Amino acid sequence: MTLMERMTMTDQPLLRVEGLTKRYGQRIGCADVSFDLYPGEVLGIVGESGSGKSTLLSCLAGHQRPDLGRIAYDGRDVLAMSETERRRLSRTDWAYVHQNPRDGLRMGVSAGGNVGERLMAVGARHYGDIRGKAADWLGRVEIAADRIDDRPSAFSGGMQQRLQIARNLVTGPRLVFMDEPTGGLDVSVQARLLDLLRGLVRDLGLSVIIVTHDLAVVRLLAHRLMVMKSGRVVEQGLTDQVLDDPQHAYTQLLVSSVLQV
Amino acid sequence: MTDQAYNFAYLDEQTKRMIRRAILKGIAVPGYQVPFASREMPMPYGWGTGGVQVTAACLVPEDRLKVIDQGADDTTNAVSIRRFFQRTAGVATTEATAEATVIQTRHRIPETPLKAGQILVYQVPIPEPLRFLEPRETETRKMHELEEYGLMHVKLYEDIARHGQIATSYAYPVKVEGRYVMDPSPIPKFDNPKLGNNPAIQLFGAGREQRIYALPPWSRVESLDFDDHPFEASKAAHDCDLCGAGHSYLDEVITDDAGGRMFVCSDTDFCAGRRAKGHRGRLSSEGVAPPPHPSPTRGEGGASLDAMVHVNDPLASSPPRGEGMGVGGADPEGTA
Ligand SMILES: Nc1ncnc2c1ncn2[C@@H]1O[C@H](COP(=O)(O)OP(=O)(O)O)[C@@H](O)[C@H]1O
Ligand SMILES: [Mg+2]
Ligand SMILES: [Zn+2]
Repeated sequence: MTLMERMTMTDQPLLRVEGLTKRYGQRIGCADVSFDLYPGEVLGIVGESGSGKSTLLSCLAGHQRPDLGRIAYDGRDVLAMSETERRRLSRTDWAYVHQNPRDGLRMGVSAGGNVGERLMAVGARHYGDIRGKAADWLGRVEIAADRIDDRPSAFSGGMQQRLQIARNLVTGPRLVFMDEPTGGLDVSVQARLLDLLRGLVRDLGLSVIIVTHDLAVVRLLAHRLMVMKSGRVVEQGLTDQVLDDPQHAYTQLLVSSVLQV
Repeated sequence: MTDQAYNFAYLDEQTKRMIRRAILKGIAVPGYQVPFASREMPMPYGWGTGGVQVTAACLVPEDRLKVIDQGADDTTNAVSIRRFFQRTAGVATTEATAEATVIQTRHRIPETPLKAGQILVYQVPIPEPLRFLEPRETETRKMHELEEYGLMHVKLYEDIARHGQIATSYAYPVKVEGRYVMDPSPIPKFDNPKLGNNPAIQLFGAGREQRIYALPPWSRVESLDFDDHPFEASKAAHDCDLCGAGHSYLDEVITDDAGGRMFVCSDTDFCAGRRAKGHRGRLSSEGVAPPPHPSPTRGEGGASLDAMVHVNDPLASSPPRGEGMGVGGADPEGTA
């Protein structure tokens, strides 16, 4: 999507973040992070290990409470919400894809049950419908229909990750958080997953915040990029611009090191 | 005759007051698990120490106590609890449901409808209905608080996916007054309809887990299900072979080494009462003396009869606890 398309879609950001800061004792997790995310936009967050990417993401998703700052989702003050409201949001409007699928799946529950859970959590009470939707979503993430009653422990890493994605997207969320979704996977498996993600994001018009240390991933998926170092955002802009013409010395280092790989 | 070495009903008055406070709180918030400081009782945990403490806190000298285990008054467990209160409280006892003021039970609700003024006390092994799905106590507490019960339906979904129907037949989860999801203890789901709209007070005591919960009279209790797989209070498709009852919960009993079986009411008082009124079943033809009611020696002591007799044993048929369906890592969002 071009910048122009994005701007004409709406001028109201879906997520507005201001001055977000999270410390662990004396140590900085992330500091003074601000950005807007528009509907249908994919924001990549890159930076070396320990730069604060996961901390930021978990504060945004409500898994941790930041020390300072504001988060507005669709005009609503997230940090002022009751826990009930926030958890409800995270079951309906939001989704969270963990790097390790084991952290985001119920390993003792069938694939169909894993996908159906969010539907049941928001009140679906018709078994046939739930199963139908689960089957449909397994198809969309390229898992064979006859695996619907198998447990994820019988799946390969790539399949588990695709199942986690299906489980997250089944309720039609608007905002998806992803923490290194291609992390532990083989390169060929990564490529297939990225392809799939790209298709889903485009077809569903999802807004995504994706954390990764892999610049190839953001090159493929992200409209916009935020570069973090020591908990702070050192550079942000359109992905191609940042990658092709990095301004900050740290970004230049990141980009050149990926070129060496 | 009361043993004077003990306070009335064994527990000291302060402990009983503490338990009564928990009971009252439970009645005020139907289906909510109230923590209480469970006391050491002179019997092992599996023998219903939670129920015994609740009964002890409820008893007054005028009470008439009935104790059943799997519907039977004469199993080791039932007999020993009844004797315990005879000795420590000196209360009258009975096997007749209609005559009892307090009934302590394990795994059954009596067939004879309960009345206003009666108290039914359940022995509960695992009070947390979400435990099997989510082992983290902090998380299950949060789920109750926020009414996040989707996971209960995941369990039912898995049942249907695997068995073609909801296979859960004991400890079938219910929702109380449209609010709390509750484990009714390992009663057969056949008994679930009796939980709701019941004129008696129903109290649930879990000793090891230190929880008390309650259903006040006339509570609204719904068994969880799906629109296209509605709850069914099923039982074996037979009549009682002793009394001919067609609508009582039956135990399947092996009668000989040659595969002979019979179905008998699990509620011994109910069955005997019917026979006293002249009702007869398939194996109690005129002129032939009816066989004595099989009285399996239950109790976690593990009598040898146990395996042989109770084909319907919930502990044998329920899925192993603790296998867990929980999401892997610590995920504060809970639903991941
Ligand atoms: N739970 C925690 N307790 C203490 N320090 C933490 C914790 N989580 C992260 N940190 C610290 O915060 C900083 C940012 O970490 P993190 O957000 O995990 O970065 P990234 O995801 O970019 O690798 C690091 O210095 C890290 O050691
Ligand atoms: Mg990280
Ligand atoms: Zn009978």
